[in-house]
Amino acid sequence: MSDAIDVKNLTKQFGTTVAVDNISFSVQEGEIFGFLGPNGAGKTTTTRMLTGVIPAEAGTATILGYDIRREPVMAKQGFGVVPETSNAYADLTAWQNLMLMGELYGLGRARAIKRASDLLGMLGLIERKDQKVQAYSKGMKQRLILAMALLHEPELLFLDEPTSGLDVHSTRMILSLLRDLNRAGTTIFLTTHNMEEANRLCHRVGIIRNGKIVAIDAPEKLKTAIDRVHRIEVSFDRDVPGDALLRLDGVTGANRTGDKWQITAENRDTAIRSLVAFSQQNNRKIITLNTIAPSLDDAFLRLTEEAGP
Amino acid sequence: MNPAGLPEQMRRAWAIAKKDIRIYYFKGPVLIFGIFMPIFLFLAFLMGSRELPLPFLVSGLIGMTLFFTATAVSPAIFPWEGSAKTLERLASCPITIEAIVFGDMIASTLLGIGITLFTVIIGLVLGLTLLHGIILCIAIFLAAWCFSAIGMLLAVPPTNVPSNIMMLSSLIKFPLVFISGIFIPLEQMPSWGLVLAVCSPLTYFTDLIRYSFTGVHYFPVLIDLVALGVFTLVFTVITMVLHKRTISKRM
Repeated sequence: MSDAIDVKNLTKQFGTTVAVDNISFSVQEGEIFGFLGPNGAGKTTTTRMLTGVIPAEAGTATILGYDIRREPVMAKQGFGVVPETSNAYADLTAWQNLMLMGELYGLGRARAIKRASDLLGMLGLIERKDQKVQAYSKGMKQRLILAMALLHEPELLFLDEPTSGLDVHSTRMILSLLRDLNRAGTTIFLTTHNMEEANRLCHRVGIIRNGKIVAIDAPEKLKTAIDRVHRIEVSFDRDVPGDALLRLDGVTGANRTGDKWQITAENRDTAIRSLVAFSQQNNRKIITLNTIAPSLDDAFLRLTEEAGP
Repeated sequence: MNPAGLPEQMRRAWAIAKKDIRIYYFKGPVLIFGIFMPIFLFLAFLMGSRELPLPFLVSGLIGMTLFFTATAVSPAIFPWEGSAKTLERLASCPITIEAIVFGDMIASTLLGIGITLFTVIIGLVLGLTLLHGIILCIAIFLAAWCFSAIGMLLAVPPTNVPSNIMMLSSLIKFPLVFISGIFIPLEQMPSWGLVLAVCSPLTYFTDLIRYSFTGVHYFPVLIDLVALGVFTLVFTVITMVLHKRTISKRM
C-alpha cells in the first residue's frame, strides 16, 4: 500500500516562533489518520501546509504522489478540505457554492449537478439548497462544507476539527459519513481535539506538541505503551486474603476498594491467568474481571506532558 | 483534462469571475466608489465649467466612469475574501493564484465595460456623434483591463480590512483623475502637468475617447493604443507576481 501523504522534515516559522519543527510522517492510502495536539501545537499550520494554503520554510510534503509546492494544482485536484472555520460563501446559496466548487475542480455540469443533489440529500440540506448560506446554522454550514469538499469525489480528505461545536445530530451524521467514505477507500487526515472521536475513528494517530511529533501509533498501542504497569479490577463471590493475591505470578500489587480488588501487574496476561487459576484452586467464583486500560486522553496528556520543556 | 493546463485554468478563472459578479457587484463600497462617485464628481464639474463643450465633458465622464468602476471591485475582493476566510478555500482548490487574480480582473473589467457603455449611450442621446466606434471599443476594453489590474495592484498590501484598501485606493485614484486630462485639457496643462500626465494610463484612454467622439487628439492614436497596451501588460504581470508573493500572508 503506498502513501497518500508523505511528509519529510517539514518546518514552518512565524517570525521567531517555530510553529512546526522538522516533522516527518506518512499516511497510507485508505487510512484514517488522526492528528492530535494541544492548542497552538502546530496542527492547523501543518494542515495548511499540506493543503497548499501556506508554504513551508523547509522540508517536503508529497500528497497523492505530487509535491504540494512544485505541483500544487495536481495535488489539490485529488483532495478535499474541510477547514476549521466555515468558509462557504455566505452571499451565495448552498447550490451556488457547490456549483462553484464543481467548476473549480473541473467537473462537467451534469456530474456536478448529480453529485450536488446526492450530497445535499445525504446531508439533509436539499430542502434549503436555494437559501443563502448566511441563514444557515453552524451545523448546516459544516455539513455544506463537507459536501463542498466531497463534490469531486476526492481520494484524500483533510478535516480540521470537523465536529467542533456541533450538536449530536450533526456530529453523528458527519462521523458516520466519514466511516462510509473510508470504507469506500477514501484516505482521511483528521485534526481533532476530541480524543473519543479519534479513538473510535482513527487507524493511527500522530501527536504533535510544540511543533514536534511526539508519538505516532495505533490508538490502542499508544494507550498501552504509556503505562508499563497494568491495572486489573477483579471481584470474587467470597472474601479472599490480599497476601494470597500478592503471591500470584505477575501480580505486583493488590489493593482492596469496596468489594473489588485493584491488581497491578507488569504482565497483564500472566496476572489474569494466575487469577483464574487461583479462583479454581480456592473454589472462588470470579464475579467481575476488568482490565483498566488508560484512555487516549491519558495517553495524550502523558505524551504531551512528557515532551514538555 | 489537465487541471494545471492553461485552458482548464482559464475555465476556472471564469468561475471565479462569475462568483465575483454574483457577490461583489452590489456591495455598498462598490456602488459608492464605482458609480455614485464619478457621477457626483462629474455633476460638480459640470456646474463649475459651463463654458466647456459637451464632447469634452462627456468624454471626461466616460473616462472617469471606466476608471472608477473598473477599479471599484478589484481592490476589495482579496481583503473581503481574506476576512471571510473564503480565500483560504480558494487557496486549497486546484486553481493557481494567477487564475484567481485573472478571474477577479475579468469581473472588474466587465463591470467597467458595462457601466461605461451606459455612459456612452447617454453621450449619444445628448447628441454626440460617434466618429470612430472601433477605436472606442478597443480603448474601452484595453483601459478596463488596465484599470482592473491597477485595482488588483492596490489590493497587494496583505490587509484583510477592506476599508484600509478602499482608503489607499482613493488616495491614489483621485490624483490620477486630476492629472489625466479629464478636468483640464492636455493642451492647457503646464509642462510639469504633462510630465505627470504621460505617466497615467487614464490620459491615453481619455485622449482616445475624445478622438472617438470629436476626431481631436493630443497624442497620435497609435501611441495612445500602444501606451495603454503596455500599461495593461505591465500592471497585469506585476499584480500577478505580487499577489503570488503576498497571498499566504492573508491566511
